[in-house]
Amino acid sequence: MLSSIILKPVKAIFGNRPGRGFLIAGTIIVLAVVIMAIFAPFIAPYNPTAISSDTFSPPCWKHIMGTNRLGQDVFSRIVWGSRIILYVVLVATAFSMVLGIPVGLVSGYYGGKLDRVLSTVMDSIYAFPALILAIVIAVVLGPSPMNAAVAIAFVYVPTYFRMIRGQTLSLKGQLFVEAAKAIGARDREIMLKYILPNLIPTILVVFSLSVADAILTEAGLSFLGLSVTPPTPDWGYDLRVGQAFFLDGYWWLVFFPGLMIMLLAMAFALIGEALSERTSTSAR
Amino acid sequence: MPEMLEVRNLKTYFPVRVGILDSLRGKKYFVKAVDGISFSIDRGEIFGLIGESGCGKTTAGRSVLRLVEPTGGEVIFDGVDVLKLGKEELRRIRRRMQIIFQDPYASLSPRMKIGEAIAHPLIIHGIADRREAREIALRMLKRVGLTPEEEYYDRYPNQLSGGQRQRVAIARAMALKPDFVVADEAVSMIDVSMRASILELLEEFRRDYRLSMLFITHDIAVARLIADRTAVMYLGKIVELGKTRRLIDNPIHPYTKALVNAAPSITRRERREKVKLRGEVPNAVNPPKGCRLSNRCPFATDICRTKEPELREVESGHFVACHLA
Repeated sequence: MLSSIILKPVKAIFGNRPGRGFLIAGTIIVLAVVIMAIFAPFIAPYNPTAISSDTFSPPCWKHIMGTNRLGQDVFSRIVWGSRIILYVVLVATAFSMVLGIPVGLVSGYYGGKLDRVLSTVMDSIYAFPALILAIVIAVVLGPSPMNAAVAIAFVYVPTYFRMIRGQTLSLKGQLFVEAAKAIGARDREIMLKYILPNLIPTILVVFSLSVADAILTEAGLSFLGLSVTPPTPDWGYDLRVGQAFFLDGYWWLVFFPGLMIMLLAMAFALIGEALSERTSTSAR
Repeated sequence: MPEMLEVRNLKTYFPVRVGILDSLRGKKYFVKAVDGISFSIDRGEIFGLIGESGCGKTTAGRSVLRLVEPTGGEVIFDGVDVLKLGKEELRRIRRRMQIIFQDPYASLSPRMKIGEAIAHPLIIHGIADRREAREIALRMLKRVGLTPEEEYYDRYPNQLSGGQRQRVAIARAMALKPDFVVADEAVSMIDVSMRASILELLEEFRRDYRLSMLFITHDIAVARLIADRTAVMYLGKIVELGKTRRLIDNPIHPYTKALVNAAPSITRRERREKVKLRGEVPNAVNPPKGCRLSNRCPFATDICRTKEPELREVESGHFVACHLA
């Protein structure tokens, strides 16, 4: 009885459709990290910034992921670090969506000179390797999580722009858009009420794929010290500090932050893959 | 005669993409989809436009509403030349000129509830606020036979059959109480079993709203059933125009004869004089000189190949563009 109440909506979302396994696996990992971030104070056994004399302890019962050179508990730092990475990545993605989606929509809908100018600008941003461009912007703005978010947001605007513009171009030719014109809808209404709702599947796919990418970029920026300032716990930053001691055999300093970055990025990529497979089949 | 719509010498040409060499030489080619057609529709009249696919009938319908920009001519709707209107004036007059498309699977946005699809035009034109628009949409749903209407209001197009979707499209067009509607192959994609009831529905709206309709179809039987007068199009031109019954039962133009002959019929009572055309419809980029049918017509003479025939009144109210008529 109870199980059917819970399972029904779950089944409705995941269904028995393509990419179901991907979707479930991805969602579980993302949810785990989100819960970790929200309940960090209750999950982390130690203060993540507290220094102790117990340095370089390998994983054991007291410190399941060991301790670092300052004697900080690696597991606690990972738990707290999830807050930073999620914050930076989600703020960044929100920024690039807010910019990329409307501009792509307008550009694709109106076409013409405006579209050509915007496309050229976006393509030239897109032509840069994402990480290098983000580094340059982050260096100019100075190290802080907010600036890292801005740098990442800037880099992913063209991704949204291109996808939305392309989809808008194809939707624009659909009969229901002509029908909207025929009932006397204004351009703004056609874009918001007739085209945008049909873009939502695309937006979801691009969202999860670009978040996956942005996680790696964020980790890269903080690895280079362009995001948080010590002693704030952060996966990318901890990875960098840890790699100095890797050759001394302190593998856990690198292994756990690296694993987390990889898992989270992979989880979003899995969701994105599953969604894109699903939207392409449902369109048939 | 109270004319609702008058179309004079309407032309719609589409540019054809040309190769680099031709574009350097400044050569331009056009598909003359609609090449100078004229007709008028009275208030409350259903005017049929028939022809094969590719003859320009759909383009003609879209041009009248300026969903495609015509190249030339005039479209006088209730005394106003639609082709001269600015963007905002055109948007406003759309309230009175509606269209029902052929493909009910594509003409409704897949992510809009059908009730909202019907209510939206009312909101756009400021006829009703949100609540009133909902009321009217519900009434329209009921009117087109989608009951219980409260339940249908919240459905999405993919939960409906083709016939039901076409009813929604009709309700959307009729919610605005238009004076003129283009029905572009409105029943062609509907199951034969549902066609009659959809035609019935259009007929009802015509009666109740004194609606004028341009009814575009390739199906002669459908035209005969619903249209008061009918024009036959071939390669962008009207070749014959007259009262539907008379035109179909006693066609004068060789093309109309061939078209009527070609239509399948379960109850063929009499064997009429058979007209068979040679070959295929020529390319609309380069139509034949003289009469456009001259290369296919079994009766063609020299004059047909040199001089283009004008539409002449051969009987009262019956026009034919043929030198031999």
